[in-house]
Amino acid sequence: MSNSSAAVSRAASSIAVEVEKVSKIYPGGVEALNDMTIQFPKGELTSLLGPSGCGKTTLLKIIAGLLPATSGRVTVNGVEVTGPGEERAFVFQDFALMPWATVLRNAAFGLELRGVAKSERHAIAEKYIEAVGLKGCEKLYPHELSGGMRQRVGLARALAVDAEVLLMDEPFSAVDEQTRRKFQEDLLDVIKHEGKTFIFVTHSIEEAVYVSHSIALLLPRPSRVSEIIRPDIDRDISPDAIRRDPVYLDIVERIWKGLRTYVE
Amino acid sequence: MKLFGIKIPMMASLIFWAILWEIAGQLDVSILLPPFSSIIMRMVEIIPTQTFFKAFLITAECFLLGTGIAIVLGIPIGVLMGRSIVADRMLLPWVNMFLSAPLTALVPVLMTLFGFGMKTIILTTVLFAIWIIVLDARAGVKNITPSLVDMAKSFQASHWQAFTKIYVWAALPEILAGIRLGCIRSVKGVIIGQLLVSVVGFGRLFELYSANFLMEHMWALLFFLFFFAFLIAEGLGVLERRFEYYAAARH
Repeated sequence: MSNSSAAVSRAASSIAVEVEKVSKIYPGGVEALNDMTIQFPKGELTSLLGPSGCGKTTLLKIIAGLLPATSGRVTVNGVEVTGPGEERAFVFQDFALMPWATVLRNAAFGLELRGVAKSERHAIAEKYIEAVGLKGCEKLYPHELSGGMRQRVGLARALAVDAEVLLMDEPFSAVDEQTRRKFQEDLLDVIKHEGKTFIFVTHSIEEAVYVSHSIALLLPRPSRVSEIIRPDIDRDISPDAIRRDPVYLDIVERIWKGLRTYVE
Repeated sequence: MKLFGIKIPMMASLIFWAILWEIAGQLDVSILLPPFSSIIMRMVEIIPTQTFFKAFLITAECFLLGTGIAIVLGIPIGVLMGRSIVADRMLLPWVNMFLSAPLTALVPVLMTLFGFGMKTIILTTVLFAIWIIVLDARAGVKNITPSLVDMAKSFQASHWQAFTKIYVWAALPEILAGIRLGCIRSVKGVIIGQLLVSVVGFGRLFELYSANFLMEHMWALLFFLFFFAFLIAEGLGVLERRFEYYAAARH
């Protein structure tokens, strides 16, 4: 490899996902996104935070390749997105597990679709089932699990395909509050160990501040990125200490002030 | 059910009607109504015969082939209609028309095209069964949680993978209901086809019995068919209930 191309790849390497002037108009004329430009740094968790109707889920689905953009372009590692790809994996708000399949088969399903041999994909899935804290549940069916456990399966499935970018669409919104807190703490561990890029849609300010390296504050009508906030919190202190950290509380307060005008 | 404080078992009404039938038969009310007991005797007599067995084999073959074709064609067509708006627009009017059309009237047309044989009977069976299977598979696929479809897409499932690994399973409760209803219609199709073709299988027997006023034989054959259709419907009902938890668990 020549020096110049190495330099180019190093320059590009800090940004995993780039959204350039993306607009989305749904059939029927509803404008969900208007000329949105935003960058997602590699190896970090970036939250898309905003009131409902700001187009955050739409943006996530466009990045995933599940929805076509009306105009503009999305690139992942410099390659333009034209549809779903191996380097991205999606975690769904309602888990999207197959009720007729066991936890093990659900977690291995991304690999199954890619034609990975059964013993190999089961070994990989077992590893991630353990990593998300569900060891021993491999033979259970989704309806035998609580909401929080189901979403852990969804996360294990997304991790198992070893995608560089994980797209999470309000993953904890269908999970009760206690489970949610525990899940957020575990997510911080996963982020630390997996070294992947996470794009995380949420409408919870506390959640965004707690789990994110940076928060993109999205505002509606017209939808735009109003601000990018980097919570400067020391992640090595205990989860309870983070939640009592003045920096954490200040940022939550600041974001709420920015958003409250949009909440009737 | 309770009558005068005595608990009456479920099948008791059948016994009541059988006794009434027997009395009417013994009183010689009509030549069309032989005593119930002699019909049963006749059943015991004709069911083990070669002729009956052959007719049964032909009927079973037509039924199984016809239903099989209806299932194998009906499910993919239904799934396609559930997934593709274009296919749905193109096919739905036809499916709805055939579902309610008096298909019996079509059998003579089929006879002129395919002759007086098994082909016509099998085709009649398919025509009776397929439409409800298509419609139920379509309804099942339309009910799939959208995120499950997105999930398959996001992991880059091919159309074939999505069909065999997601759509068919997610729509299984509706598909099974469609198959059960399709089988009930198949029984009708196979009998009506045979009656109209009337040179093979039970159709030939019916023709033979009625032409010679063998009312006991006729009733014996009818009872046998009724019982058989009932068994098929009940058997599929049991199978369907075993999968019912899907319907509750998938949303």
